[in-house]
Amino acid sequence: MLWESIRMSWENIITNKLRSFLTMLGIVIGVASIIALITIVQGATNSISQQVTTLGANKITVNAMGTPLKQGLNEEDMKNISKIENIKGLSPTVSTKTNIVYQDEIKEDVTVQGKNEVYFQSNTSMLQSGRSINILDIQSKNQVAVIGQDIVTALFYGVNPLGKNLIINGTAYKIIGTLAPSSGFSATSNNETVVIPYTTALRSLGVKSITALDIYLVDTTMADDTVLDIKGILNAAFNYKDNAYSVFNMGDIIASFQSMMSMMSLLLGGIAAISLVVGGIGIMNMMLVSITERTTEIGLRKALGATPNRIQAQFLIESIFLSIFGGLIGLILGSLIAYIASTLIGVAYSMQISTIFLAVGFSAVVGIIFGYMPARRASRLNPIDALRSL
Amino acid sequence: MTEILKMENICKSYFMGEEEFEVLHNVSLSIRSGEFLSLLGPSGSGKSTMMNITGCLDVPSSGKYYLSGNDIDGLNEVELAKIRNKEIGFVFQSFQLLPRMTALQNVELPLIYTGLSPSERKKRTKAILERVGLADKLNSLPNQLSGGQQQRVAIARAIVTEPTILLADEPTGALDQKTGIQVMELFEELNRDNRTIIMITHDQNIARHANRIVRILDGYLTEREEP
Ligand SMILES: Nc1ncnc2c1ncn2[C@@H]1O[C@H](COP(=O)(O)OP(=O)(O)OP(=O)(O)O)[C@@H](O)[C@H]1O
Ligand SMILES: [Mg+2]
Repeated sequence: MLWESIRMSWENIITNKLRSFLTMLGIVIGVASIIALITIVQGATNSISQQVTTLGANKITVNAMGTPLKQGLNEEDMKNISKIENIKGLSPTVSTKTNIVYQDEIKEDVTVQGKNEVYFQSNTSMLQSGRSINILDIQSKNQVAVIGQDIVTALFYGVNPLGKNLIINGTAYKIIGTLAPSSGFSATSNNETVVIPYTTALRSLGVKSITALDIYLVDTTMADDTVLDIKGILNAAFNYKDNAYSVFNMGDIIASFQSMMSMMSLLLGGIAAISLVVGGIGIMNMMLVSITERTTEIGLRKALGATPNRIQAQFLIESIFLSIFGGLIGLILGSLIAYIASTLIGVAYSMQISTIFLAVGFSAVVGIIFGYMPARRASRLNPIDALRSL
Repeated sequence: MTEILKMENICKSYFMGEEEFEVLHNVSLSIRSGEFLSLLGPSGSGKSTMMNITGCLDVPSSGKYYLSGNDIDGLNEVELAKIRNKEIGFVFQSFQLLPRMTALQNVELPLIYTGLSPSERKKRTKAILERVGLADKLNSLPNQLSGGQQQRVAIARAIVTEPTILLADEPTGALDQKTGIQVMELFEELNRDNRTIIMITHDQNIARHANRIVRILDGYLTEREEP
C-alpha cells in the first residue's frame, strides 16, 4: 500500500517535470546554501585553528612591559616561575635591534633575539641547517648565533654561513645554524632574525631584561591554575602593578576563537534556513495548486474506495519526495560550491556526515510540515463536490 | 431472489444559506439481486442525488438505508470507503477517466484500494477489458479512444471489483444512438450474468432495456407495473 502511494506520487512528479523542478528550486537553494556555508566556515575554522595550534596550544605567553623601576623580567623571576607546578619549560625572549656585519657587508636594524634551548625544542622543524642553541650555550654564555633566511641571502649569498663569524654590536658570534624559512604572518616571521643565547644577550647586548616568556605546560587542562600561579609571581615581581605585564593562555585564545567560528556557522546556517522555509512554502503552494487541479481525480479515487488516509498519504509522500529530492540536489550543489570556494580561499575542504544528515533531514521535515496541510485538505474533499467540479 | 438494497422513507435536504430544500421526499425502494432497474426522470428531478445516496457517496437526511443487510447510518468515512470499493461499481455520467492513464491503469484504479497484489490486479484488469471488447486497446489513453470505447473502459472499471451493484448515471448520455445501443447490449449481457444494475436515465427508450422501471419526479418516486 505504501509502495502504491509512492509510485503514484512519483508518477505525478515526473509527469509535471518542469513544475516539480521549479517547486524544488527553493529547497535546492536553501539546502545548497546551508551546506556550502557550513562547510566553508568549518573548513576555514579547521585551517585557522590548525595554524594557531602550531603556535602552541599548551603554551602560556607572558609579555612584560615593565615599570619605570623594573624594565622587564630578570633571571631571578624566571627561576621562580620555573618552580611552579605543571610547567615543562620556559622560553624567554630578550630582544633588541642592532647592526650586524659580515666581512664588509653591513645590515642595519636587525632584530636580535636572545632565546634558550626550550625555544628550539618547542618546534622541531625550526632549523634549516646546523644545530640549535643548546643548554651548554646558555650556561657558558657562548657567542653563537642562529640566523634567519633573509640574513642568509643578504649577507651570505653563495656562501655557506655555518662556521662563519658574524659581528653583532661589535662582538663576533659564530654561526651555528640557520632557521627554516617561515611562511605565515609577518608578525611571527623570523626570516630577518638573529637568535643568540639569551644569557649571552643579557650580558653583552646592553639589554637588561626579559620582555617575553613562553611557558610550556605539562597539562593544558590545568592552565587556569597555572596562570594564577604565574600572576602571583609576576605581581610580586612588579610590586602589584598589574599593567606591567600581560598573560595569555593560548589554549583560551584557541577555544574562544573556535566558539566564535561555530557561532558564525550557526548564524550563517540560520540565515540559510530561512530560504528553506521559503522553499517549503513553495512546495505547499504547488501542492495546493495540484490538489485544485486534481479535485476530480481525488473525488474519483474516493468514490472508487480510497480512504481519506490513502489520499492524505499520497499527497504527503509527494511533498516529502519533492523536498527530499530538492535536498539531495541541494546537497550535491552545496558540496560543489563549498569545494570550489574552499579551493579558492585555500582552506581544507571537509564534508561531514552530520552536515549531510542535517540537510536531508531538514528538507524531509520541511516536506512533512508544508505538505501536511494540503494533504489533509485533499483527504477531506467531499467526493460528490469533487466529481461535480468537472 | 434475495433483497440486496432497501431504502425506507429516505429524505434528502440541501441547505442554501438559511433555507432548506428537500430534494428527495420519503423515498422507499427495494431491489433484489439480479435486477436491472432503470431510474427514469427529467433533469433536476433528483436522480443523481439518489445515485449518490445509493452509492454511499452521500448520506440521507433521514430514513433508513440498508445495503447487503448493513445499516449505512452511522458508518464512518473509512467504512463507507470500503463499501464503495467492494459493493458498488460506478459508471459516471461523463466517463470520469483519468486522462494521464492508459485504459489498463484506469481500470486497475479501484483494485489498488482492495489490497490485491499487482500481478493479480493486472490479470483481472486484462480479463475485464477483454470482456468489454477492448483487448487491443489496453495501452491507449482515453483521448485516443472513441466515446463508446471510453464508456466501455468506464464500465470495465465499475465491474472489475465484482461489485454487488452496478450504478450507472446516464451511461449513454454522451453517446450517439448506435453506440448507446451497444452499451445497452453490454448491460443486458452483464445482467444475464446475474449482476444487479441500477441505471439512471431521462430517456424512455434507453430505460426500456431494463426489466424494471422506477420513475422519479421532483423528488417523488413512483413505480408503474409495466414491462
Ligand atoms: N449540493 C447541492 N446543493 C443544493 N442543491 C442541490 C445540490 N445537489 C443537487 N441539488 C438540487 O437537487 C435537485 C436534484 O438534483 P440532481 O442532481 O439529483 O438532479 P438530476 O435528476 O440528476 O438532474 P440531471 O438529469 O440534470 O443530472 C436539483 O434541483 C438541484 O438543484
Ligand atoms: Mg444527474
